[in-house]
Amino acid sequence: MFQVKAKIIQNKQVKKNFFHLLVDAPEIAGKALPGQFLNIKVSDNLEPLLRRPLGVHRVSKNNIAMLYEVVGNGTQILSQRKAGEYLDIIGPLGNGFDYQSPVTCHLSPVLVAGGMGVAPLLFLADFLAHSKSFKSLVFIGAKTKSQLTCVQEFRELGCKVKIATDDGSMGFKGRVSDLLTHFLQATGDRRQATIFSCGPRPMLKAVSEISRKFKIPAQISLEEHMSCGIGACMGCVVQTTSGYKRICKEGPVFHADEIVWEREK
Amino acid sequence: MITNLTVNIGKLKLENPVMVCSGTFGYAGEFKDFLPLKKLGAIVTKTITLNPRQGNFPPRTCETPAGMLNSIGLENPGLAGFLNEKLPILKKIGVPVIVSVASEGGIAEFVKAVSELNDFKEVAAIELNISCPNIESPVTSHLSPVTGRQSPVACRRLPVFKNRRLISQDPQATYQLVKQVRKATKKTLITKLSPNVTDISEIALAAENAGSDAVSLINTLMGMSIDTKTMKPKVAAVIAGLSGPAIRPVAVRMVWEVYQKIKLPIIGMGGIIDTSSALEFFLAGSTAIGVGTANFIDPAATISILQGIKSYLRKNRINNIAKLIGGLKV
Ligand SMILES: Cc1cc2nc3c(=O)[nH]c(=O)nc-3n(C[C@H](O)[C@H](O)[C@H](O)COP(=O)(O)OP(=O)(O)OC[C@H]3O[C@@H](n4cnc5c(N)ncnc54)[C@H](O)[C@@H]3O)c2cc1C
Ligand SMILES: Cc1cc2nc3c(=O)[nH]c(=O)nc-3n(C[C@H](O)[C@H](O)[C@H](O)COP(=O)(O)O)c2cc1C
Repeated sequence: MFQVKAKIIQNKQVKKNFFHLLVDAPEIAGKALPGQFLNIKVSDNLEPLLRRPLGVHRVSKNNIAMLYEVVGNGTQILSQRKAGEYLDIIGPLGNGFDYQSPVTCHLSPVLVAGGMGVAPLLFLADFLAHSKSFKSLVFIGAKTKSQLTCVQEFRELGCKVKIATDDGSMGFKGRVSDLLTHFLQATGDRRQATIFSCGPRPMLKAVSEISRKFKIPAQISLEEHMSCGIGACMGCVVQTTSGYKRICKEGPVFHADEIVWEREK
Repeated sequence: MITNLTVNIGKLKLENPVMVCSGTFGYAGEFKDFLPLKKLGAIVTKTITLNPRQGNFPPRTCETPAGMLNSIGLENPGLAGFLNEKLPILKKIGVPVIVSVASEGGIAEFVKAVSELNDFKEVAAIELNISCPNIESPVTSHLSPVTGRQSPVACRRLPVFKNRRLISQDPQATYQLVKQVRKATKKTLITKLSPNVTDISEIALAAENAGSDAVSLINTLMGMSIDTKTMKPKVAAVIAGLSGPAIRPVAVRMVWEVYQKIKLPIIGMGGIIDTSSALEFFLAGSTAIGVGTANFIDPAATISILQGIKSYLRKNRINNIAKLIGGLKV
């Protein structure tokens, strides 16, 4: 783990509320693995006070890219930061995806993204494509066509992309988890496939149910409000079959069958 | 000029007065990549209880203006877990380790936990956490029968405390507890006080009279925050503890009040994030300071503050930190 002052190379609006942030952070870039995240101080003052966690979206030699949506005060302030300025960043943090398991995979690794969940999964697809020559099968869900992102990037990595939108403006009309179910029902040999998923909580819950039903192991990346991001404060926990675990430390990626969803709303 | 930064807390001699607050620094190992841990004046552990605690239902924290709310609920591995997994790591750092202790089962459990720590010489001191707003307090259950309006949250499957009265909200209960624990240990005893009281100096005095070696203040202020979109509390336990710069003026005031009332050393904390906020606490009467929420914002905050204190003393030609303590000019 490093704490660095990283120079912003680019902080570009890519869609209505979506921004692509590129920073120069060689130490972190050298160590970051798919599914890990960074904890960023978006301002130099008390507003906001705490850091904001963002997943690693892409890594090139010295640089790290993040993809984020402006959803509140912190991300709004981050979106105003300019190239040439510096951000205090801690990372890489947490345990990422365990991509060792699909080594013997016949079926492509299955990536399931909802909304901003594409951010860390693109890094995973990139990693699988380059280090293991796996072409992932990618399911992307979004509210509507204009909020779909990264489709092209996945395709450039040789991935097959399947799309679901809530309003049917592109691809399957409905939830991405339903699209995944349809796909799995139609596919004969599902053995040794692995699902990697990131997105809103209800989607991850649905993916976990699919994983159980079809007996396909799934790894899911969870989010929770974080204070320290390094495992000290015990704030960002999730209920698992072996008690509470810290999303920032044992996670953010968990095996789906580990998570206890009962008390979820 | 050589500046003397050493301070005494009971039998404990600290190389410098910069410590960390319980619960904001884990068991120190979490921070090893970010700062030279051996430069800290002392390390205070997350509060431990005799038995492991799984803590409260999430969400456990939320950000507030210049602060944050937390209701962790003292998640910890229990005394045995602490001794086996955490203490060996802490011991290697080479700075005094202060173990924060709380009880789920009254005075007897406090005494038992403290007695067991007596056997470990690497435990330099004990901090009695009698001020955690996030667990049910059995010691005080006789003090506040549940009356009045039944909260609708009681129907939900969330942990809602019937009794939020803290030991440190009652001078008598504080006296009794500290007195019993005092009998059980020769180690330096620090009593951690709650700001959720009418007169904190009265509680500090009770701790002093009962034989505490020092007091630390303040623990978090009880607070609440509501998500107006969902109409739900932002922290599942509904009421949580406020920390960070937002509480600093309250904390400084309380240190000043306690400083005027008792003779024991005070460990001041509450919203310290930089050198000048740390200096306020010394001027108000603290012998040492604790850095809490600031560790989350900048994991190396303690080291910058320590450097800053040194430069301040040098610049003002003060050769001993002792001369700063209670130096407020009124
Ligand atoms: C491990 C991890 C990786 C993430 N990766 C990405 C990413 O790659 N791209 C992206 O757009 N977003 C990502 N998020 C979510 C992102 O952290 C939140 O959207 C962001 O913190 C919101 O801050 P805000 O001040 O704009 O919103 P506000 O709602 O004003 O924030 C208020 C508080 O709630 C916290 N908070 C709000 N939403 C979330 C959330 N979903 N998760 C955690 N904390 C939250 C904030 O950090 C802040 O402390 C990730 C979250 C986690 C935990
Ligand atoms: C996440 C969190 C966990 C805490 N846990 C404990 C604890 O276990 N025991 C304790 O005595 N105080 C605990 N505290 C209170 C702090 O030790 C400190 O008294 C308080 O936060 C005020 O200091 P600050 O504003 O610098 O954070 C906790 C505070 C926070 C923010």
